[in-house]
Amino acid sequence: MIIHHPLLGPRDAAEFVYKGDVSLIDRPDGMGDGADDAFHDYLYLRENPAGEHQELWYHEQGDRSWLVVTRNTLTHEISNVELARDLARRRGRSA
Amino acid sequence: MRYSAFRIFKEGLTGNKGWKPVWREPEPKAEYDVIIVGGGGHGLATAYYLAREFGVTNVAVVEKGWIGSGNVGRNTTIVRSNYLLEGNQPFYEKSLKLWEVLEQDFNYNAMVSQRGIMNLIHSDPQRDAFARRANSMRLSGADAVLLGPDEIRTKAPYLDFDNARFPIQGALWQPRGGTVRHDAVAWGYARGADSRGVDILQNTECTGFVMEGGTCRGIETSRGTIRAKKVAVCVAGSSSRVMAMAGMRLPIESHVLQAFVSEGLKPVLPGVITFGAGHFYVSQSDKGGLVFGGDIDGYNSYAQRGNLPVVEDVCEGGMAIMPMIGRARLLRMWGGLMDMSMDGSPFIDKTHIDGLYFNGGWCYGGFKATPASGWCYAHLLARDEPHETARHFRLDRFRRGAPIDEKGQGAQPNLH
Repeated sequence: MIIHHPLLGPRDAAEFVYKGDVSLIDRPDGMGDGADDAFHDYLYLRENPAGEHQELWYHEQGDRSWLVVTRNTLTHEISNVELARDLARRRGRSA
Repeated sequence: MRYSAFRIFKEGLTGNKGWKPVWREPEPKAEYDVIIVGGGGHGLATAYYLAREFGVTNVAVVEKGWIGSGNVGRNTTIVRSNYLLEGNQPFYEKSLKLWEVLEQDFNYNAMVSQRGIMNLIHSDPQRDAFARRANSMRLSGADAVLLGPDEIRTKAPYLDFDNARFPIQGALWQPRGGTVRHDAVAWGYARGADSRGVDILQNTECTGFVMEGGTCRGIETSRGTIRAKKVAVCVAGSSSRVMAMAGMRLPIESHVLQAFVSEGLKPVLPGVITFGAGHFYVSQSDKGGLVFGGDIDGYNSYAQRGNLPVVEDVCEGGMAIMPMIGRARLLRMWGGLMDMSMDGSPFIDKTHIDGLYFNGGWCYGGFKATPASGWCYAHLLARDEPHETARHFRLDRFRRGAPIDEKGQGAQPNLH
């Protein structure tokens, strides 16, 4: 698979480490109400769709950036790549 | 129809006209006691043991394609019970004991071949770890032997013993491990279940669950609604997709695992050999092909095909431990879908929905578990309590802080 890095252009997926579902950005508030349940669901449960999947890839053998890759799990076709930082900012999770 | 040497002789003399299809193609009934969703190895084994061991025969197995079209037809056929943790090892040892009597039990040739499995040791800490594992195996009643390099040389002289980085210092040897003809397992269980009254419904896709007042009362299928007192899902690889129809999210990611087979060779391997310093395992089929594999690709996939970096990695592992493998030509490669769970261990449990049961999360170790998985799932369905050896495989174990993490990797499915 080739991942089109927003800054570095097309890179081999073998340069990256796969983390998993993008929901791992949405770390719950450990001090909030129902934190036990929220952390259980955050850490262990996954949507695991057959089709479009937004997922985190880490460019370990490159610029060490975290990317959010939108990829079809049935065809391995990648339709969108962006910096995880940008998505986290849009969700109000990063300055 | 019972199979025997006499039967083959008789059919040979009478033009082989007496052989009949070994399972029926029935129309679905309106209601069953138990519907098993998924006609793979585990589903068919569950139906077989439900009927044979627990006397529950009003059972249907619903399969989207043809039986055995999923992972039971796509694996590398290895059976073993060389686990470490208490939650796992007694279960896998039960499975190995069932493999040993399987052919006589269901009167079908599954080509169970106990030629042993050898996990190579390349360092002192690894020997300590494998010695501990061997003790754990023997505590469960399994067999385990630690071999030195000289004993390994007599079994497999062609391994790269004096490799500078990964010298072979020994091996954990389980003589009772081996391989089984995978398709025959599905067919043998199907025949045994069918002959006891189980309806096997092929080309019947489960498209939803019938929910009444929070209880599961049956399934919607491509051939209409079928009601049931209990619905047992058993679709590893696609567990998340099916359970999503019941509104459940699972502690599972689906990943692709590739497997490979070489051209046919004369017998060279004494059994199964695994590389201890990388991820590579190899056995030899009865046709002579070297059957081997390694890591999963590592990203969510439902594609049943993998990518080339893992092919390269697996072949490097093979070349590192067994350089002569480079002389063999690769004949075929394929991919299968794995339910990768959050601790690398499976689930056999009731769900929070009454009447709905779940079996899945087998990672890439489901084939060896087939008999015990079927037995324990049947036990759960018939008696509504988990079998002794499968009592740790619960869906709520993460919430309780009781994962069964053989590799100690944490909640990162692609590392198990």
